[in-house]
Amino acid sequence: MATNTRIILICSGKGGVGKTTLTANLGIALAKKGISTAVLDADFGLRNLDLLLGLENRIIYTAQEVLEESCRLEQALVKHKQQPNLSLLPAGNPRMLDWLKPDDMQRIVSLLSEQFDYVLIDCPAGVEEGFKNAVSASKEAIVVTNPEVSAVRDADRVIGLLNTHGINPIQLVLNRVRPKMIASQEMLSIDDVTDILALPLLGLVIEDEQVIVSTNRGEPLTLNGSKTPAARCYSNIASRLHGEDIPLIDPSKEGSGMRDKLRRLMQTKIF
Amino acid sequence: MTLRDILNKLLRRQEASANTARERLQLVLAHDRTDLSPDLLDQMRREILEVVAKYVEIDIEEGAVSLETEDRMTALVANLPIKRDASGALRTKELTDDSESEPSKEN
Ligand SMILES: Nc1ncnc2c1ncn2[C@@H]1O[C@H](COP(=O)(O)OP(=O)(O)O)[C@@H](O)[C@H]1O
Ligand SMILES: [Mg+2]
Repeated sequence: MATNTRIILICSGKGGVGKTTLTANLGIALAKKGISTAVLDADFGLRNLDLLLGLENRIIYTAQEVLEESCRLEQALVKHKQQPNLSLLPAGNPRMLDWLKPDDMQRIVSLLSEQFDYVLIDCPAGVEEGFKNAVSASKEAIVVTNPEVSAVRDADRVIGLLNTHGINPIQLVLNRVRPKMIASQEMLSIDDVTDILALPLLGLVIEDEQVIVSTNRGEPLTLNGSKTPAARCYSNIASRLHGEDIPLIDPSKEGSGMRDKLRRLMQTKIF
Repeated sequence: MTLRDILNKLLRRQEASANTARERLQLVLAHDRTDLSPDLLDQMRREILEVVAKYVEIDIEEGAVSLETEDRMTALVANLPIKRDASGALRTKELTDDSESEPSKEN
C-alpha cells in the first residue's frame, strides 16, 4: 500500500479556466517520469477528462459501479495505452450528484491511494456539493486561475474554503497568460496575481493554440514531447510538483525582436 | 509609474487596464474575505465615528472607514480628520471623567 500517496485536488471556482486540461497534462507528464498516477474525474455533471485523454471509447465501468460494488476498482480503471503508468477513473452518471456524499468520495480515493503514488482529482467548478465532496477526500490542492478579475476573485473564494478544510499545501497555476498583453499592461501580471492571492506559484501556462489542437486529438501536449510553449509549461509544472527545482518561464522574455525590446522598455518602472 | 503610464498620461489615453483590474480586485476581495455587507460596514463606520466624536471633534462627513487587504490579511482602516481651532490645536472635548486621555494625532 502506497502510504505517502499525494492526493491533489485541481480546482478553480470559476469554470473554463483550464482545470481538466491541466489534470490531463500533469497525469501524462507524471506517468512519463515512471510515477504511477491516477486521474479521477470528479466533475460528475460535466465530465470531460476522458475526452481530453482520448480514453472516451474505452470506458466500461465508472466510479459509480465501484461505489455500488457492482465491479472492482481494477475493472473500472482505464489504463492509458502509451503511458500505462497513468489510469483514469471515469465519472459516473450525472445523477450521482444526487446521492454522492463526502464519505463516498473518501472511499474511492482511499481505494486509489492503495495502488497509486499520485491521485489527481479534476474538481467541478463552483463551491457547492461537488466541490465539497472532492475537497473532503484531498490533502493538497492546485488552484488554477486566469489573469482576469472574475477568475481571480473566484480563486480567492476557493482558497478561503481550502484553508478552512485544512488542505495543505495549496499552490497556484496561472493559465492562459498572454505575454504581449502583460507587456502592454492590459493584463494582470504574474506578480499581481500571486500578490493578491498570496499563494506560492507552482507555474504558469502560456495561452497557446496548440492546447486546442491537442484536445481535438485527445492527445495531451505532454504526451508526444511537443516543444510548443504550453507543452513546456505543463512539463515544468509536473517536475516542480514532483520536487524538481525548475525555474519559471519569464513571459516577458518570450520574443527578442525590436518590438519586444521596445515593449520591455515601456514597462520598466522608473518611479 | 512606467514609461507607458507617462506616455498614456501625455496622450490623455486611459490608464492601462491592468492597474484598474488590480485596484478593483483588491477592493472587492477585501469585502469578500470579511463577508461584511456594505450596509454593515456603513453602520460600523457611523458607530466608530460616534465613539471618536465623544473625545475629539471630527468631521462626520469626511470620516472614512474602509477595508484594505494585503497578503490575505485584511485591515480595517479608519481615516478620521480631526478639526483644529484657529490656533491650529486639535479640538478635544471636555471629558466627564478625569482620566487623562491623549488625543491621537491626525495621520
Ligand atoms: N493555455 C491555454 N491556451 C489556450 N487554450 C486553453 C489553455 N488552457 C485551456 N484552454 C482552453 O480553455 C477551455 C477550458 O479548458 P478546461 O480545461 O476544459 O477548463 P475547466 O476544466 O477549468 O472547465 C478549453 O477549450 C481549453 O482548450
Ligand atoms: Mg473541466
